[in-house]
Amino acid sequence: MEKEIKIRIRDLHKSFGKKNVLNGVNLDLYKGESLVVIGGSGTGKSVLIKCIQGLLTPDSGSIEIDDTEIVNENPDIIDRMHSKMGMLFQGGALFDSLTVWENVAFDLIQNRGFNKKEAKIVAIKVLRQVGLTEDIADLYPSELSGGMQKRVGLARAVITRPEIIFFDEPTTGLDPIMADVINDLIIESAKDLGATTLTITHDMASARKIADKIAMLYQGKIIWYGTVKELDKTTNPYVRQFINGSSKGPIKVEK
Amino acid sequence: MIIRLGEAFLRTLGKPLVKFLYSLGDLTAFVVKAIYHCFVPPFYFKLFFKQVLDIGFYSLPVVGLTTLFAGMVIALQTYSGFSGFKAESVIASVVLISVTRELAPVLSALMVAGRIGAAMAAEIGTMRVTEQIDALVTLSTNPFKYLVAPRLWAGLLVLPLLVLIGDIIGIFGGYVVGVYKLGFNPANYITATFQDLQYIGIISGLVKAAVFGFIISMMGCYHGYKSKGGAQGVGNATTNAVVSSSILILIFNYLITEMFFSR
Repeated sequence: MEKEIKIRIRDLHKSFGKKNVLNGVNLDLYKGESLVVIGGSGTGKSVLIKCIQGLLTPDSGSIEIDDTEIVNENPDIIDRMHSKMGMLFQGGALFDSLTVWENVAFDLIQNRGFNKKEAKIVAIKVLRQVGLTEDIADLYPSELSGGMQKRVGLARAVITRPEIIFFDEPTTGLDPIMADVINDLIIESAKDLGATTLTITHDMASARKIADKIAMLYQGKIIWYGTVKELDKTTNPYVRQFINGSSKGPIKVEK
Repeated sequence: MIIRLGEAFLRTLGKPLVKFLYSLGDLTAFVVKAIYHCFVPPFYFKLFFKQVLDIGFYSLPVVGLTTLFAGMVIALQTYSGFSGFKAESVIASVVLISVTRELAPVLSALMVAGRIGAAMAAEIGTMRVTEQIDALVTLSTNPFKYLVAPRLWAGLLVLPLLVLIGDIIGIFGGYVVGVYKLGFNPANYITATFQDLQYIGIISGLVKAAVFGFIISMMGCYHGYKSKGGAQGVGNATTNAVVSSSILILIFNYLITEMFFSR
């Protein structure tokens, strides 16, 4: 039986001024699958994820989520899609003016009719699931370490039990042990929710651990797509150079 | 040769002009969108009251001091300028007119622009560069409704109240100088003030205040919302918010005065 496609991207283009960032991206994300998009800095990974989220409008191309086109569509349709999605931002993007539990329960209070008391109970439960204790619930994000902020961001992303979760560089800026903890939490959360996940990263250890499928983005195009096992066997020189972290190869980096 | 020079001149002129027109269009689109979202639910009343406190209550000391000294200095200047004509009796009237029509609204607005416009641009700008605004969108919350609309409503409604209080304090400043320094009779001073009290003067001052409040919030939100490039971008947004709102306040001050008082 053919797997159901959750997100279908076709011929996606996005440029900023004269710089073409996405140059015809084609990608399918299957239901329940964890897809990791790898690529160097400035290859358009973040732009891709922002286009899917409706935060940026592509110049041309198509993005379908559950067979519904979202490019240039009515904001109501995009809003309806957002209720199916959760996102962990690179820097956490926690609201500084709200406490930890208010951050986690934001969507419940603002859009899902929870009162504060109920929302706090749920928020604390989800905070525990990501390994945080109740006593940080009333602190402000600035009082937490980077790793804790990522966990709070993860709790906020999963509290509404979304069907699709996006992870933007989830391990960047963390020590290797904390990075592994976050990887485990991502796997657990996704498994627990049965969610489809799209992660962008340049951390290969993280990619290997959380991916079912890996896609490599280079110069605005997907140049390689496959499983983790296939990644290790590939002879694609771009992929080999990237996973080996070598400065010698077809990928030229400006010095 | 001349054609080439002409082309070069037009090109130098054209680039900033295109940039200016682009910025104007961008600002207009932002203003229209912001006003639209001010009238469309959901409304965030708690955030509105927080802004009322920030813009109104916490600006009281600075507005009070500004208008107090403005009223005092006008009384002193009027006395030194008109005493040769035995015109001490006009002091109450001059203080009243200058404070209610010009000094209280304009000086209060400029002070609030420095205090609140800068803070709004810095807060929203930081939210922009740390992706908090993107996070709001992904949490199905419209940033215009959540961040911009409460600030616009608060600016529009609170500044007239602040200016009304500023009017009273400014007139009191004139009274203090008139009575305690220049030795006028307190009862005569108060009677003169009330005799010259014109509603049009006070109303024009309050209309100005509402417009200025709207400008301060709009510029703070606009420059914050559009800021990019980290700490430096937020710094630029803050400066731009204060400078643009101060200039717009002075321009609109003239236009509203023209509307009310030109014959």
